[in-house]
Amino acid sequence: MPYLDHAATTPVLPEAVAAMTTALGELGNPSSLHGAGRRARRRVEEAREQLAAAVGARPSEVIFTSGGTEADNLALKGIYWARRSADPRRRRILASSVEHHAVLDTVDWLCAHEGAEVCWLPVDATGRVDPGSLAAALARDPDSVALVSVMWANNEVGTVQPVAELAALARRYGVPLHTDAVQAVGALEVDFAASGADALTLTGHKLGGPCGAGALLLRRDAACVPLLHGGGQERDVRSGTLDVPGIVGLATAAEVTTGRRAEQSPRIAALRDQLVAGVLAAAPGTVVNGHPTDRLPGIAHLGFPGCEGDSLLMLLDARGVECSTGSACSAGVAQPSHVLLAMGASPAMARGSLRFSLGHTSTTQDVQAAVAAIGPAVERAQRAGTGAVGPA
Amino acid sequence: MRLIAAMSGGVDSAVAAARAADAGHEVTGIHLALSAAPQTLRHGARGCCTIEDAHDARRAADVIGIPFYVWDLAERFRAEVIEDFVSEYAAGRTPNPCLRCNEKIKFAAVLDRAVALGFDGVVTGHHARVVDGRLHRSVDAAKDQSYVLAVLTAEQLGRAVFPLGDSTKRQVRAEAADRGLAVADKPDSHDICFIADGDTRGFLAGRLGARPGPIVDAESGATLGTHDGAYTYTVGQRRGLDLRVPAADGRPRYVLSVLPRTNTVVVGPGQLLEVRTVDADRAVWTGCPPPAAASSCSVQLRAHGMVSPAVVVASGDRVTASLDVPQRGVAAGQAIVLYDGDAVLGSATITRAA
Ligand SMILES: Cc1ncc(COP(=O)(O)O)c(C=O)c1O
Repeated sequence: MPYLDHAATTPVLPEAVAAMTTALGELGNPSSLHGAGRRARRRVEEAREQLAAAVGARPSEVIFTSGGTEADNLALKGIYWARRSADPRRRRILASSVEHHAVLDTVDWLCAHEGAEVCWLPVDATGRVDPGSLAAALARDPDSVALVSVMWANNEVGTVQPVAELAALARRYGVPLHTDAVQAVGALEVDFAASGADALTLTGHKLGGPCGAGALLLRRDAACVPLLHGGGQERDVRSGTLDVPGIVGLATAAEVTTGRRAEQSPRIAALRDQLVAGVLAAAPGTVVNGHPTDRLPGIAHLGFPGCEGDSLLMLLDARGVECSTGSACSAGVAQPSHVLLAMGASPAMARGSLRFSLGHTSTTQDVQAAVAAIGPAVERAQRAGTGAVGPA
Repeated sequence: MRLIAAMSGGVDSAVAAARAADAGHEVTGIHLALSAAPQTLRHGARGCCTIEDAHDARRAADVIGIPFYVWDLAERFRAEVIEDFVSEYAAGRTPNPCLRCNEKIKFAAVLDRAVALGFDGVVTGHHARVVDGRLHRSVDAAKDQSYVLAVLTAEQLGRAVFPLGDSTKRQVRAEAADRGLAVADKPDSHDICFIADGDTRGFLAGRLGARPGPIVDAESGATLGTHDGAYTYTVGQRRGLDLRVPAADGRPRYVLSVLPRTNTVVVGPGQLLEVRTVDADRAVWTGCPPPAAASSCSVQLRAHGMVSPAVVVASGDRVTASLDVPQRGVAAGQAIVLYDGDAVLGSATITRAA
């Protein structure tokens, strides 16, 4: 089956399966003081060191979470609350307009319930935030800014943000910057210390680890109010009995994937280029979205004028080619992607797009199957048009 | 055949999809998202477009073993069904939104898209039969839905598959349970799916605003009271008139007509509701060629309404029916459906009754 949806989730690496299987067979709550507890604790701490080493962080900066969504929530809410309680003027959140819903909706919630005000930083047609717009938003009233959140790389179109540059700007005003690096870790070089970010989100299931295990990297000097109260397991910032197998799987996958990045990323990028070239040949009107060079190796986000992305997805699925419309769902209904809209696409174009995403198991055969299926699918979807779902 | 099964999340459409799949068709399940802001959970038996309904449809598709997708038709539904509903009421008529949904959404927007995508037709859980290309009533008279399908053209019917027409609702529920479909005992949906709280009057008032006007007695011409908007009244309605002056004869009064131009609701005794002649337009003939001369058939004037023998004259897209037995509560905007026994001959939209 040509699985071209690695950005949604990517197959778990055999190394991670093996490490997790072993861990699942072992007893112990890492918080317990006896031998079994100490052994479990040791596995967690080794995993913490392993993960930290893979992403340029110190072990003490790793806060294990239940995944990317929790880490984003923790970073946004926790840092907002901490900054606001230190100085009640700090209510402004500066965030890019192309964030994942885990950030977007958290910011909206803070605005609706916690008195936050948001400034959505615009992006250009390639999906990039202009550092100038962050500089201007900061300079307007630096004392009112609680935090900045700009993702490392976008999950829909793959565009990479100038995070280090943005972090340096924020630092100039003493404002913390969070970055959602869920899609970047494993695919790009991610070095937490070098990035200058104060907080960074990552998750296991996008890099060959399990779902339900992730981490927030948080600088020691970044104050963060906890979301989950209880046993205080993770630096008192996050409570809950630690999921040893999940953590072990996450750390193993992070180590293996970052270790193979130098050979995998160019291989995946070459397959992606082959896919784009093949689709452009089969469906000449196709538009390639995202940044031409600063982008994730595995993502091809393509616009098909006159088509509904939904129709294409269904037709390709029927041929066994699995991809995504790249947009958020409510009741399974695709909304026009806020990312594409922020990039200036029309709602019709935003609805007429597909995201193909490749990963560590992708092959030339996958690409060939997708290319073979796309021509007829586009022809059919164009015939079905946009009328059935658009305005009458 | 390659078929799209429209799955509402209810028991009928689930069994219909399962039967179509069993019959050897290549079936793909589709849930139509008809609300731009769906409610999370169902409330009572109303509606069919909550996220919970989408979930029920998905689970049924899993059990049947067919692919499943959600198609967003909220914008088309709003434009073709909800706006039509509001403007029909504003014009003093009483629309049937289920019928309009079949005509414009299920067997138009959905069917057209399905055909363009390479499908041969659409399966639904309607209780009706298609026999030799002609629409027939379901064997379950109480559940029969041929009335709300009678607007379909021969071409639309040619691509419609109704696997439930030979079964009673009881049989459908029993079969759903046998198949392990969790929706087997889910209550039937009633009322209008886009008015979640069932308050049609409130919905219309919200859309059209308060427009106070007189309630006038048909016989004396006297003003008996006021209303907040003539559009919320339906011919034949008795309740909710809230008249200040009791009727001279002490008998109940009914809405006889709604006059949008003067914003007047005309009321009177029940016998004045009786009509013998029904005029209609927008005729669709699926079961026979447009009759050249006056011909006898039976007619039904509203969903689940009485059937009465009539003589029908057609000219162009207009139809006039002379009822053998007078009927009450015939509202403009409803469909007149013409039957020959169980077979639908055609339908038209009522413009006037006298
Ligand atoms: C950019 C981004 N942030 C956050 C998430 C959420 O992560 P998780 O699925 O681990 O909750 C995802 C994945 O869906 C993502 O792509």
